[in-house]
Parts: sequence; structure tokens; C-alpha cells
Amino acid sequence: MAPEVNSRSRRAFIRNAGGVSFLIATGTWFTTKSEVLRNRNESTSIGSWVTVAPDGQITILNPAAEMGQGSMTALAIIIAEEMDANWKDVRIENSPIEPDTYGLQWGGQLGGPMITVGSRTVRGYYHALRLAGAQIRKCFVQAAAIKWNTDASEIETRESIAFHTSSEKQLTYGEIASFMEVPESLPSVSENDLKKVEDFSMIGSVVHRYDIPGKVNGTAQYAIDIRVPGMQYAMISRSPVYGARPELDNEDEVRTMDGISHIVTLSHGIGVVGESFEKCLAAKRALKITWSQGNKADGYDSRVAFDEYMQLADGSQMGESITELGDVHKAFSEASKEYHTVFRNDFVYHAQMEPLNAVVSVASDGKSAEAWYGSQAPDRARDAIATELGIAFEDVTVHNCFLGGGFGRRSMSDYVVEATQISEKIKAPVKLVWTREDDVQYGAFRPISLQSMSASVNQKGELTGWKYRIVGTGDGLLASGARVPYYSIPNKMVDLHSIDHGVRTKHWRSVGHGPNKYAIEAFIDQIARDQKTDPFKFRKRLLATSPRELKVLEKVAEMCNWTSAVPEGRGRGMAFAERSGALVAGVAEISVDKETGKIKVHQFWCAMDAGLVVQPDNAIAQLEGGIILGLSSALHESITFSGGVVQQSNFHNYSIARISDTPENIDIHIIPSQENPAGVGEASTPVVGAAIANAFLDLTGKPLTHMPFTPDRVKMILG
Amino acid sequence: MYALEKSTVSFKLNGKEVHAKIDNQSILLWTLRDQFALTGTKFSCGMSQCGACTIHLDGKAIRSCTLPTSAVKGKSVTTIEGLNHEVGTRLKEAWINEQVPQCGYCQPGQIMQASALLQENDNPSREDIIEHMEGVLCRCGAYYRIIKAIQSSTKTAYHGSRSE
Repeated sequence: MAPEVNSRSRRAFIRNAGGVSFLIATGTWFTTKSEVLRNRNESTSIGSWVTVAPDGQITILNPAAEMGQGSMTALAIIIAEEMDANWKDVRIENSPIEPDTYGLQWGGQLGGPMITVGSRTVRGYYHALRLAGAQIRKCFVQAAAIKWNTDASEIETRESIAFHTSSEKQLTYGEIASFMEVPESLPSVSENDLKKVEDFSMIGSVVHRYDIPGKVNGTAQYAIDIRVPGMQYAMISRSPVYGARPELDNEDEVRTMDGISHIVTLSHGIGVVGESFEKCLAAKRALKITWSQGNKADGYDSRVAFDEYMQLADGSQMGESITELGDVHKAFSEASKEYHTVFRNDFVYHAQMEPLNAVVSVASDGKSAEAWYGSQAPDRARDAIATELGIAFEDVTVHNCFLGGGFGRRSMSDYVVEATQISEKIKAPVKLVWTREDDVQYGAFRPISLQSMSASVNQKGELTGWKYRIVGTGDGLLASGARVPYYSIPNKMVDLHSIDHGVRTKHWRSVGHGPNKYAIEAFIDQIARDQKTDPFKFRKRLLATSPRELKVLEKVAEMCNWTSAVPEGRGRGMAFAERSGALVAGVAEISVDKETGKIKVHQFWCAMDAGLVVQPDNAIAQLEGGIILGLSSALHESITFSGGVVQQSNFHNYSIARISDTPENIDIHIIPSQENPAGVGEASTPVVGAAIANAFLDLTGKPLTHMPFTPDRVKMILG
Repeated sequence: MYALEKSTVSFKLNGKEVHAKIDNQSILLWTLRDQFALTGTKFSCGMSQCGACTIHLDGKAIRSCTLPTSAVKGKSVTTIEGLNHEVGTRLKEAWINEQVPQCGYCQPGQIMQASALLQENDNPSREDIIEHMEGVLCRCGAYYRIIKAIQSSTKTAYHGSRSE
């Protein structure tokens, strides 16, 4: 039964056959956003967020992409905590892709974009969902108060039950939902109505993730698992050099191959459509395509690009200013010693385990479409389909599935647009699957970059000047993590040169923080050691006016017993970083096989202050995973271009961390805090490269200045 | 251009006798997913490099993304959906207790691979585990918990934890 909502009222929840549904409308937000809600209610979708059924089941919608970071559970916990729900009653479903209702808090209000990027989800919904949970609880209390003809102040709630304190009376939320009168709007709540942190029973405790059982028994649905009636498979042979346009030389031959129904020419490739994956793969391999010349990336060689970067790094031309503080020139002219090191970082590929794919069904009249995908920006993907077809956003129905990894790649919508184009042309539903080779070779990578670092030190051994030039490709992607406001260096100058090579770059978990924190923290160790100062002591001095950061650093030193002797044949290195508001310090303990040049990380200690952490065990899992990913990018991962073409194609020549790379011990400590939640998902990755490089410096006395530290590079450095 | 020879192949799938329509291009991974709706077995690399497609063929862990469907004729295939024996159940339980999966995409393959290990060796060392699991990639980096979950799934560890 379709619920009815009087659009002229400001009803914030609705009764229907299934119980009551709560539109989330918090405090002042409701009055300012009510127009939007009203408009939504008049259309087909209702912005309900929480529904309580008469049988007591509580359905909480999840507005964020679930790609392994666990936020679908965290967000529901936040609501359930404040509404005093019994977690056993809670069921979580994905919300519709309606950003006006379900978008992130953006400028203080919900209704921003529905993007799951930059470790934003928990911090981006935390306050709004707490207030919403408190409002819903208040509704149940008020309804019970009316029922018992008593004052709301005499009613307590716990685990989905309302109790009358002075009598034996109690009602479950389900029972209340079956008779609850619908008020005109949700009761107002303020910060004072929220629980005190010490009264939390779920936030900050270990609650098992809602999505895990399905991911263990094989029932979790990813987009690649979707099958719709009449669906065909599709695959695309894409430009080997980005921007090249295809001309197909053997269309008739491929079109008549067994099981192939269509050949579709796209601007950047040739699509083949057929009855199965195998048929499409055979057809794709048979395609003979001539690619257009004159592309920007023609002839691009990523190894040679570093020479060009070096010229810019050494040149006098200033780039875009990132930081300017004090008088760097004066600091260097008065220095007792200067330091200079150049660091390099290769392109890195996302390598999410589920290759890109999407199922799209465009109606035969082209006036509507339905799509299934796993996207970090499902609203943008929905919009991209609408734009592609020239139809309204509302005419596109979308389903965001579990993401088999995102890491930034799935915030692009290219794969969704491709499936739309093919479905529109063949007038049937398609499942477009990228092979691993497609996913690697048409990737959008963490950019190549060069960090030219200079520092001046005074006679007391204090850092007085900090000059840091980044040269690379990818504009803003290069700048993230370049600032070090927490280090008290009186004179700083950071600038950026970005060159467009015509190849694609993209956010990759922790973005520029990976390359930049590596360069910054490795450089600091070089200076500290040359100054014969312990790197921990050296950083402590730099963090003298940043107490919160200092505490994190001191914690990790305590965890690894920093002052203790390092076992024979091993080195220990430390690094500090902030990312998305989280402060992280890490220490790696490594050994090096001098014969093979292979670095082995034996232990990793990590301390984090990310404010209040909603799901501590999940946060630890994120930090563990982020350490492994950081280790993978630091030791293995390198994409290279030659002649404008990506040289790697699959996991045999793009190596990522395997289980044997796992440190024997990963020790993580989350510093207790009641500060606002910060982002956890990317927090540990940035410290890993430098922690390893610094451990290598400790062990061998030699710096590692080019990431990844592959066996070949290590052997060369060791001579 | 040319027609392929179509045929039917019979094998045991999760304990039941089944018949699949195939030709000489058919790959087991896609037969399982498309003809039997067993989507727990995942496509990721297509060249036996990552293990997301791991199934059991007569009890041995095998990559299904490169295995011709014709090769399983008369044999017994088990997928994550059918992994219900004692070892499988212990592993699935441990995977939940240790909260192993993140994105989860590789986890059916991880569990299938781990199950083959414990069926052969119920008391593996850390080195045994690493050697046996090396072929199954996890991009989320859940390896640390995968090792813990396998260690807690051995008969001794499992029953030990029960009697506490």
C-alpha cells in the first residue's frame, strides 16, 4: 500500500500498513529543508529513514556506499543508540539515491552529495543522525505518555522498550508504533537531549558488522552478481592511448561470431554484446581496431617524465602556492646547514578486487532507465545516466549494490555511462564487465610525482626553513597532504607544478597523502639522523605546540618500546601523518634480504586519535587494512607508461601485497577521545611508506627515495 | 563465422547431480554464475592470479576462472554456497567472529582456499597458512584477520574456545 502524506502539512513521519516511518528532519534543518522534503513526498519516493513495524522490526536506511569500510553499520548504530533501539530489532537497507534527502551533512545540513569518499561518512552524518535518533525516541516517549496519561519525564527507554518508572507498565516500540498518533512534525531536540558519551551502549562498543554474514556465505550482492531478464553481456575494447578514437576493421567478421549479437562503436572503444562473458571475450580478442593518432598522451613515457619534473623542480619559476609562512629565503641564508633530497613516486593503480561493471536497462523508448552498480558517488552516476539519455534524474531508477572495493576508483561514473550507451543502442539490458586487463589498462591512477625537499637548520639543530616543491600530474591530487601545520617550523614555502600528460589520474585511498607524507617524513628522518638526534626526539620538538599530535606520537613510541634495542638485522622507523582529521603515528620494524633486495616488514605499531570512534573494532580493521595497502604501494606497486600505453595488465605484472607480506604483528591503539569523529578509512595508509623508508635508513644508513621500494631498486641502493 | 559444438556436461554441484549446457569456450566460473546462479564465486583476474574464483573440485581448491567446464565432467564441485561440512562451518563462524571481510569480494575464495587447507592439515603453522593462502589476494588487506580466523578454526582451537 502506498503511504499517504499530506503535502501541505509538515508531517515528518507517516503511518502506513507497515508501521511508522520517520523522515529525518533535525532541528532547524527541518524548517529550512521542508520544501525539499515536501517536493520529494509529492513525487514517488518518500524520504523515510527509519521505519518501525508493529512487530518491532526497525528498518534503518543506509545512505552511504558500503565498500568494506563498515559505515552502513556505523550509521545505523548512531541512530539506534540515540533512539534506544535494541540492536537485535534493527535491519539495514540501502536508501534510495536521493541526495536532497540522504546526502551528507554539507555546510551543517543533510542534503549534500551522496559521496562515500575522503573518509567522510561517519563524521558527515554523525550529528544529524544522533539528533534524528533522539527525536524518534522522543516520539515513542510522548506516545507512551499519552497512552498512560502521564508525563513524558516519567518514562524511560531501553532496548526498544518504553518503561513507566513508577509503575510496572511497559510497551515495546513495535506496540507503540501500532497506535502512535501522527504529530504534525517531529518534536524538536537540542544537544541537551542527546546521550552523554558515558551512557553510550553501542557507540564505542564492539558491534558486529551487519554486512559480514552475507559476505561469508556468498549471498552478498555486488553489481556483477545482478541478472535481469533479457540481459546480455557486454565488453569493450578501449583506447590503448587515452583519447584515441577507434575504427573497426573487421566488423562483419566479429558480428557473426558465435553468441555475439551487436557491435557498438563508442567514442573511446568498440563494444561487443553477446550471450555470455566467454563469447564477449572471444569477440573482443578478435577485434581489429585502428586507433586515431594525435592524442595528447601519444608517446608519453612515465620514466622520462621525471626528467622534465626535475627541470621544473630546479627552476626558479614558482608553482601554485600551497603554503607560505615567514621568510624562507632569509632562513636559508642564515642556516648553519642545509639539506636537500628529491623523492619520486610512481603511478599506482586501485586494483579493487571487483572489476568495474554495471547493469543498465534503458527502456526501448529511451525515456527511462534502471541501473545496478556499485558506486562511491551513486547520485552522480544516476545523474550521468540521465544526462547521457537526455532524461530527468527522476526517470532513472538506480540500485547501489555492495562495492567489491572502491579506493577512489568507483567515484568515477565512466563504467556506468558506457553500459548506458550500449543498452540504449541495443535496446536491451546489458551487464558490462571490465576484464582485469581493461581495469588496469584503462585505469585512472594515483599520480606520478616528484617531491623536491629542502630544509635549513640553525646552530641549535632546529629546523628553521622548509622548502618543498611538488612536481607531477593530477593538479589537486598532488597537493593533498603537503601541508604540515602541526610542525613548528617558522618559515615554510610549499608550491606545486602540475603537468597534463593526457593520461588519467584519480583519488586513490588517502590521495596525495601517500606520496607527500612519505617524502616529508622520510626527509625529517634524514635530517634528524644527520643531526645525531633520535627521530622520535626530533619530531617531539617539532610537535611542541601540537599537544594532540604529540600524544599520538608518544603513544606509538611507548607501544613499540622505541628506546629499546632493535633486534639484530632489523631496523625501526617512525612516521606521523594526519588524514581527514585523524592523527596517526606508525612504526615499522623491517629486515632486508641483501641477496634479493626484498624488504620484509615484521612488525607495525600504529596509534591513532580520530576523536570519538563509533565502531572501534571496525576502525582497527580499517587501520590494519590501510597498513597492508600502504605496505603494498610502498613495496610493490608501479604503473608505467610507454608510448602512451600502460605497460601492466594483470596481477602477474602489477604486483600487490599477498598474505606473505603481512607483518607477524600489527599492534593498533585508538586513543580514547570525546572530540568530534574524524575520518578513519584512510588514516593509516600515509605513514607506511615513510615508516618503512626510515626503518631502512636505520638498518642500512641509506635513504630510499623512490617509491615503490622494489627489490631491484633496493639492490641498486645497497650496491 | 563458425558454430561451436554444443553439448551437455553432467557433474555433482554442491552435492546434487546437475547438467550444464556448454561449448568449447565455456569456463566453469561463468557456468556456475550464469546457469546455476551461484554468484558467491567471483570473477576478478581471469587468469588464476588472485583466487577470488576458488572452488573445490573433488575436495581440492581450484581456480574456476580458467577451468573449462568440460573438465568437471563426472566430478564433484563445491562452491561457497555448498560449503557446509564441519570445517566449512567452523571457518565461516571464525570469519564472523574475527570480523574478517571488508569489501568481502575475495572472501568466498579465501574461505574455500582455507577449507582445503584445514581438511588436509588441521594444525597448520603460520608458515603453512601463508604458503597455502598466498594465491588468494585481498585488496582491503584483511590478511592479518584471515590468518587469525584460520588459526581459530582448527579443531583444537575451535573446541578449546567452546569449552572455556
